Parts: sequence; structure tokens; C-alpha cells
Amino acid sequence: MRKFDTKVQHLKYKVLREVAREAWAGRLAQTALDIPKTIVPGKVPTMRCCVYKERAILAERVRIAMGLDNDKPNVIEVIDIACDECPMGGYEVTNACRGCLAHRCEDACRFGAITFDSNHVAHIDKSKCKECGSCAKVCPYSAIHDYKRPCETACKVKAISMGEDKQACINNEKCIACGACVYQCPFGAITDKSYILDVIDIIKKSEGNTKYKVYAVVAPSISSQFTYARLGQVITGLKELGFHTVIEAALGADIVAQAESKELAEKGFLTSSCCPAFVSFIQKNFPALNAFISHNLSPMATISKYIKEHESPCKVVFIGPCTAKKAEVQKDEVKPYVDAAMTFEELQALFDSRDIDITALSDGVLDNASYFGRIFARCGGLSDAVAEGLKEQGLSDFVLKPCSCDGIEACRVALLKKSKNLLDANFIEGMACVGGCIGGAGCLTHGEKNKAEVDKYGKQAYEKTIASAVSVLKDI
Amino acid sequence: MVKLTVCIGSSCHLKGSRQVVETFQNLIERHGIKEKVELSGTFCMGRCREGVCVLLNDQSYSVSPETAEEFFETQVLGRC
Repeated sequence: MRKFDTKVQHLKYKVLREVAREAWAGRLAQTALDIPKTIVPGKVPTMRCCVYKERAILAERVRIAMGLDNDKPNVIEVIDIACDECPMGGYEVTNACRGCLAHRCEDACRFGAITFDSNHVAHIDKSKCKECGSCAKVCPYSAIHDYKRPCETACKVKAISMGEDKQACINNEKCIACGACVYQCPFGAITDKSYILDVIDIIKKSEGNTKYKVYAVVAPSISSQFTYARLGQVITGLKELGFHTVIEAALGADIVAQAESKELAEKGFLTSSCCPAFVSFIQKNFPALNAFISHNLSPMATISKYIKEHESPCKVVFIGPCTAKKAEVQKDEVKPYVDAAMTFEELQALFDSRDIDITALSDGVLDNASYFGRIFARCGGLSDAVAEGLKEQGLSDFVLKPCSCDGIEACRVALLKKSKNLLDANFIEGMACVGGCIGGAGCLTHGEKNKAEVDKYGKQAYEKTIASAVSVLKDI
Repeated sequence: MVKLTVCIGSSCHLKGSRQVVETFQNLIERHGIKEKVELSGTFCMGRCREGVCVLLNDQSYSVSPETAEEFFETQVLGRC
């Protein structure tokens, strides 16, 4: 079994792999309906009540892996029948309640929702409870528990609620496509739409890169992924898949760092524009701060724009840790440059769909960007790069005061402070995922060591400064 | 017009394509032939073993930072 954090990811991977396998063979239209049975053969259920439900859910997963449901605008989707309708009763008294005398819970409740039975055991009157949690905080036995769904807890923008049928329901107006719910749902009932069929189609129609060249742009967080092999082998694997060559998105990050530090020195205050989920979060929740969003395209879009403008005819596929990138590539300002976006999870499925064992391959090389472009993958990296950009461009008179935020909650705090003019910083580096891109929902694995892996990869860069990495790109 | 394209893909980059580009830029400047040479970069020409790959009017050459000046003087200048 490939290394994933959870069995849900492994299941999703198996579906993607089978869909890809059939697509490469050009027979998906005939065999798509058979895939659920390939994955769950026999009569013994392994995940749900019966094999029929398992297969019904798998059929939905196949649809999403095929990128169908185009009428649904969001790249994040709930698979209704897979949602187990987790209890979400809110605050409830558990059997840890000892029926004490103090009744702190009763005193703490400002709404008179706590009552007691003949054994002095507390009960919460749901018609009065406002879910403030005061009772839970004061109970010495921690006997009051907040039953919340993992998806709702994961969703820091509060886009998930319970639909009429008790199934999870995503409010697309609020959703920023960060994928936190995708990674957290223990039943795999929320998932990101896949565009791997587009990728396969692009590769096939290039006829071995003769009709046009297919470029893979990979995010620097790849350095913390595919840990069972070497990065050089992943690069060779990408070429085996049919990509003409592989280019670091981090080179786009170098370009961004240079431009963004200049822009910051001119404007005096900026919020970063690298993370599409963070940008979307500002637009949806702090519209008054829209004017402060950096005008730079993201590193992915920046390097892809360069490729498209210099390597015609070509197609560009982005590969990263991010579900929100799938939404970003649909934006009008990015669409012309990136033809498809996929995740590391999906790349693993593509390798295995062609039985490419990357551990058996020779090492390719990937070296376009500087240390600073590469460390964009982890929280704080972008600020370090902007500081370097100011220094290299003789703008050190501008004193950078960065506020690096990872996770939407930290981003919200900084943005809230800024909107009230209480923020002691002139640059907000915002990343929707905790830890930065290395915490992305499309990563194969998430771990403590990932930040160190990114830094190590950064230090291995041939180019030590942003200017030297970018110098080969200027219209030479 | 002479078309001079330098590979700036990963493999050639590690073999010094930036230095080759810089050498070419300096030489173009020194000889005052900016109008006559179109210098550009490309990501990977598919001949990674022969890097740094340079394409001169559709003909492929293998150049290194050490041989860049000599290459320019013997191959490029004569065509300008």
C-alpha cells in the first residue's frame, strides 16, 4: 500500500488510479461503470453496511474522479450518500456527569437551559440552549461535550452546515476551496473534483510532445512528498508519464518575490496573493481590504504565463498540494496560462495507473529556482523572500514588518486587526493551510518533518539569490 | 538576423546556462550587435546530456561557460 495519511485517501487514490488506467487505454466510456466492482469485488462489505452501498458510493467517486457534474460550480463536493450524518447535537451532557452538588453548569448558563433529574444529573434543554459552551468550560469532570461534525470543525470559514436531510451541505458563497473538510471527513464524503482526464487527454493528444509540448509545473512542497523515492525519480517519472519537461513553480515564486517587494515598497501595505484560498477569503469576508491584495499573479500562474508566452505551442499542467488551485485555474486572469491543475494524490494515481515504479527510475534533475522561491512552500517563506527581494533591489530603506499567518483562523485575526487599523505590520503573508502549502489537502502525507524537508530542498538550490534565478528569464 | 537560443531547463541550468547567457549578453553588447542577434531562452531541448544546449539558427551545439566566448566568436560573429 502506498503511503497516505488515511485510508480515505487510499480509497480515493484507488478510484483515481482505475479511472486513469481505463482512460489511458481509451476505454473509459465503456468501463467506467465497472470500476466500483473492480475496487469492491465479492460479497463481503469492507467499509459500509453492504457491498451495494459501497459500490453506489464508489460510482459517485468515479464521477467526481472523471470531473463530471459540471453543473456544480465548486471544485469541492459532498457525496450525499457517503455522508454518515454524524451526530451534531451541539452541547450534550455525557455519562461522565456525576450529579455533583456544585452545579457550576447551571450557574454558568445564562439562558436557563440546564435542568437536573432526580439523580442531580444535568440535562440541556435544547430549546433554550444557545450553544455558547459556558457550561462545558466550567464542568470539573469535562462531562459536557460539543458534538460537532469533523467537516464543520475543519471548515474555518463556516461554509458547511447540515442540510434538510442531515447531510453535510457546502455554501459555495462562503467556501474558499481550501480542502480542509476533504482531508478531515472520516468517511471521505467530501472530495475535490478531479481533472486528471484533462491531463491524460492533453498528454495523449500531444503525440509524444510533437503536436505541442506539455510542461509540468510543480509546487515546491513536492520536496516533502513521495518520501519513499527521491525527488529526481519523481521528475523522471513525470517525463515517463509524457511531460516534455518539469519546471519549478518556485521560479514563479522568485519572480513574484521580486515584484511583490517592489510593490510593497511603493504601496506601503500589502496582503499576499500566492494562496488562492486566502485571496478568496479576503474577497468574501473582508471586501474593504480588497485594494490591499497584491496585484501579482500567484507563482503558479506567473511561471505558467512565462512558459505560455515563450514556448508556443504548449500546454501547462500544475501539480501541487492544493485543492484551491483547481478553482484558481478557472479564473479569467489565470485560465489562459494553466490548462489543468492536479494534486500530489492524483499524481501518485497517475504513476500507478501506468505501472510506473518511480523507485526503479534514474534521477532526473529539477533546478530552476532560488532558495527563496522554494521556501514559499512553508509558512514564513514568502516573508523571508520579500525581505530578500527588498534587499537585492536596494530597497532596504523600507522596513518590512511581516505578519505570517498560516491557517484561516490566524489569517482572520490579522485581517480583522488590519480592518480596525490595529495591525502592527505592513505585510500579511496569508496561507489557508496550517503550516503553509505543506499542510495542503492534496498532499499524500502531512508530517512534522515536512518544513525541514522544504528548507533542505531550498538550500540545495543552485541559485542562491532571487535575482540570479530570475536573470535567465528576462527577455534575453 | 541570427537566432541564438540557450536552454535554461534544469539540467542545463546546473551546467551553467545562466553564465552562458551572461557571456552572450556581454559579447553582444561589446560588439554592438544587439540588432543582429536575437537571444532567447527555452526550457529543455530534450538533449539534457549535451548541455548547455544552444541552438544557433536551428542548428544544435553543446556549449559550456568556459567555451561560450570561443563559441560566440567562431560561430556567431561570422554570421552577423
